Amino acid sequence: MYDGGKIITGLIIGIGLLMAPFFYNAGKAAKAPEPELTAKAKEAKQCVMEKAYMTSSHFSLLDDWRNTVVRDGERYYTAKSGKVFYKSLQMTCLDCHSNKSKFCDQCHDYVGVDPYCWDCHIEPKEKK
Amino acid sequence: MADTPKPDELAKIDHIPPLLKGWMDTPAEIKPGIYCYGSKPKDLNYVDMPNPRDWSPMDDDWKLPEDWEGIIHEGFKDRRDKFRTLKLFMDICVRCGACADKCHFFIGSGDPKNMPVLRAELIRSVYRKKFTTGGKLLGRLAGARELDEDVLKEWWYYLYQCTECRRCSLFCPYGIDTAEITIMGRELINLLGLNIDWIAAPVANCYRTGNHLGIQPHAYRDMIDFFVDEIEDVTGVRMEPSLNRKGAEILFITPSGDVFADPGTFTAMGYIMLFHYLESMGLDITWSTYASEGGNFGYFTSHEMAKRLNAKMYAEAERLGVKWILGGECGHMWRVLNQYMDTFNGPADFLEEPVSPITGTKFENAKTTKMTHIIEFTADLIRHNKLKLDPSRNDNLKVTYHDSCNPARGMGLLEEPRYVIKNVCNNFYEMPPSTIREQTFCCGSGAGLNAGENMELRMRGGFPRANAVEYVHKKYGVNMLSCICAIDRAVFPNLMEYWVPEVDVTGIHEMVANALVLEGEKERTTNLRGEPLPGMEDEEDV
Amino acid sequence: MNFIVSILFSGFAVVLIVLIPWVGVWAADLRFLFGIIIPYAAMAIFFTGIIVRVIDWARSPVPFRIPTTAGQQWSFPWIKSNPVDNPKGWGGAVVRMLFEVLLFRSLFRNTRLEYRTTDGGPKIDYEWEKWLWLAALAFHWAFLVIFLRHFRFFVQSVPSFVTILESLDGFLQMGVLPLTGWGLPGVYITDLLLLAAVTYLFLRRIYISQIRYISLPADYFPLFLILALGLTGVLMRYFIRVDITAVKELAVGLFKLSPVVPEGIGVIFFIHLFIFSVLIAYFPFSKLMHFAGVFLSPTRNLSNNNRFVRHVNPWNYPVATHTYEEYEDEFREHMIEVGLPVEKGIEPKGAEAEASEEAQKE
Repeated sequence: MYDGGKIITGLIIGIGLLMAPFFYNAGKAAKAPEPELTAKAKEAKQCVMEKAYMTSSHFSLLDDWRNTVVRDGERYYTAKSGKVFYKSLQMTCLDCHSNKSKFCDQCHDYVGVDPYCWDCHIEPKEKK
Repeated sequence: MADTPKPDELAKIDHIPPLLKGWMDTPAEIKPGIYCYGSKPKDLNYVDMPNPRDWSPMDDDWKLPEDWEGIIHEGFKDRRDKFRTLKLFMDICVRCGACADKCHFFIGSGDPKNMPVLRAELIRSVYRKKFTTGGKLLGRLAGARELDEDVLKEWWYYLYQCTECRRCSLFCPYGIDTAEITIMGRELINLLGLNIDWIAAPVANCYRTGNHLGIQPHAYRDMIDFFVDEIEDVTGVRMEPSLNRKGAEILFITPSGDVFADPGTFTAMGYIMLFHYLESMGLDITWSTYASEGGNFGYFTSHEMAKRLNAKMYAEAERLGVKWILGGECGHMWRVLNQYMDTFNGPADFLEEPVSPITGTKFENAKTTKMTHIIEFTADLIRHNKLKLDPSRNDNLKVTYHDSCNPARGMGLLEEPRYVIKNVCNNFYEMPPSTIREQTFCCGSGAGLNAGENMELRMRGGFPRANAVEYVHKKYGVNMLSCICAIDRAVFPNLMEYWVPEVDVTGIHEMVANALVLEGEKERTTNLRGEPLPGMEDEEDV
Repeated sequence: MNFIVSILFSGFAVVLIVLIPWVGVWAADLRFLFGIIIPYAAMAIFFTGIIVRVIDWARSPVPFRIPTTAGQQWSFPWIKSNPVDNPKGWGGAVVRMLFEVLLFRSLFRNTRLEYRTTDGGPKIDYEWEKWLWLAALAFHWAFLVIFLRHFRFFVQSVPSFVTILESLDGFLQMGVLPLTGWGLPGVYITDLLLLAAVTYLFLRRIYISQIRYISLPADYFPLFLILALGLTGVLMRYFIRVDITAVKELAVGLFKLSPVVPEGIGVIFFIHLFIFSVLIAYFPFSKLMHFAGVFLSPTRNLSNNNRFVRHVNPWNYPVATHTYEEYEDEFREHMIEVGLPVEKGIEPKGAEAEASEEAQKE
């Protein structure tokens, strides 16, 4: 016997599941979010490292800072540009990027990343 | 006929395939002792199979019909359209190798082309060349090759080294069934007249006389009468089994092998005794000479031939006007009955749903085929206390049980035979778990390979089974191998003699009959084989 | 052809597949081709290919009901049947298929042959062997989880099952290792599992002699391809970072059917994407179709109920049989001689002929 009905049903379900990303995305296209820079950040022009590195790998830097500060007590970081930074998320990074919801969360939410920074650090209170 | 090597010679088996030479570069070497003789023209003619001729596998020239490639190609295409299994099993194998060391022929021979996956690849490679884009374009890189005469000979050689036991299919993650592939392969080469003698001759016989052995009706009658005399000698009771009797309630069909050769004959006597015992309780049963074969060597030829031979069962049941059919102890017979018969030749509307006339039990699992297994029938009798049994009469036996491949993996008849055995004998021991029930090993001679000329192959194929028997023989002193298959009973004596000479072979109903206490029987001193019963060893001399 | 040729051929093919987008994007800057055209083409081949293949299978019937029974049949109420391994009906067959598809039930039975000749004679053993099952299960499940995790790139607003899956999969924080910077961000278990399983599945093809003998280039090729896919993914996540917001913009664009190629995506991403495209385009033509085929396997998806539920063969045709009449005609005399009942007596004509024969003799 053929069981054609069952096979077609199964095929539709299977293909449907595989095509789920198409159905999930039905609707208009959206561009990737642009994290917003505060005036202070704009003014500084250059972050600790160049933009491309900061976009893709800022957490490596943060991780390195955390380890060296906590384990070795090294508090200062000399960037390639020769500029020295105080290794602190709250006092250095968030000093410029004080707009977490418009800056950090933009990309993190977009790609579904849930960083564990705020497991220990106190989430900054933004000025409205 | 080739000399079969001694067991210790044969046991030197290397399971490691060649390292650098691929299998496609290794043509098959057809060896005496392994191959079976080719089919004879008279047998093919009798059943109108194509291309009958005299030929020998050892000749270079197999006298193939001129357009043999075209015939295979068309045959392949035709079967692709008819069998989803063929397409699917050609397409989805991932060669994980789970089946590789599961085949009794590979275990016993070490020939890598006996790994189920490779046996299938022999055909798959040609399939790829014929029917897949990748195979057509990339050839060998895609595992594809042309069908030439050497490949055809390789097909023939290895298709007749498979007993369609389906052990590999149990382990396959996709259920790819080498039996199915072997069946298709054999159908294809049968289009060229390339059967083996030991299949073609029984098929022709069965077609003509109703049974594989070619026993004509009067000779069949004589044999039954001989059994009746033998039984009277042992029990003092004269029985009258009926043959071809119209109006009986039940038609009994069993493999003819049991009517013909020891130790199957003792099982046949067992049936006669059981039926006689039940007669006074209301059993109304007849044997038939026209449908005197339960087995079906047509099934080892093609689906069509299987159907043609199987048709006799319903035809005879209708002619005799019986209500339902009872089937004897047989292996592949039950695969055909359980999985094909109703589809082949049903619906058998002229029959009724089987009901045991003794216990009133409805055999609900046989509602449409209307055919019940005698082990089911007997188990039900014992369960309802309808048989007076004296299992101590079998106390000289230490029994183990061989699950025949087909009732195990094509049906699931696992507990019923054990239940019967445990009720008719006191000493029962199981072989190791990897060798019984659904994982059971073939006798090594099924699917038409129980010829004489391929004895080495049979001893190799039966080696895993024999080794498991040897295990329980050494551990528990097992001296009797019981089974519910006529081919088993025909081939195990050879196999046991070769590997475990101290172990004998029996059907279950032989043990049932020995334990069965008949009304009006004389004091029994021997079993059906004429051997003294336990405690009666001295009686003989008195 | 032996295993060395097979491995070299497949390896070479996969190297080529890595090089093509590398050269194409890095040297020729064909971002539109590798980011949009090829993925779309691959998806088209994948979906149509699967549909065509499955329909082709479905067009051939299953003439006979041939399940492999792997347990006790249903017979009497007092005998415990095995409703899953030997299903008597629809429900059992469904459960059997679920076990098969989700847990690889049949593969779990696997044993390994151990053959040796001892003083007491030859001994055949069937040893414990679950590694293939374990690796296969790890591989397939890891692949599925990784695919589902990728939904965070495929779907505009990340579904909650993805977040849950991620947190379960990523509970190991390798960042706490003394190796600064390694394993950041959190390492996914499935990444490691997939690579380990694929490596094992490859190695067993080489070191188990029997598997080595049966393996074709078509077996090594997908393994290498998936290994390359996994490795580029791992590289991209842990070592050669790319701007994933841009990657997501590309992915979502593809699925929203308004494709764009944002600036600044590293070449490694295009290599990853190209490997995946080749994999899915190759899929319908290869053994990878076992993914769909396993559902259709008649030895697994049918109930063992042929004796009580009729199965119809759509191409069943009448065959020539040897009828009882023909049989009796041939053997009638003998049958009468031994007292077997017959349908027709010896015809008078025959009797006359016999009589005249006898008369002649006299």
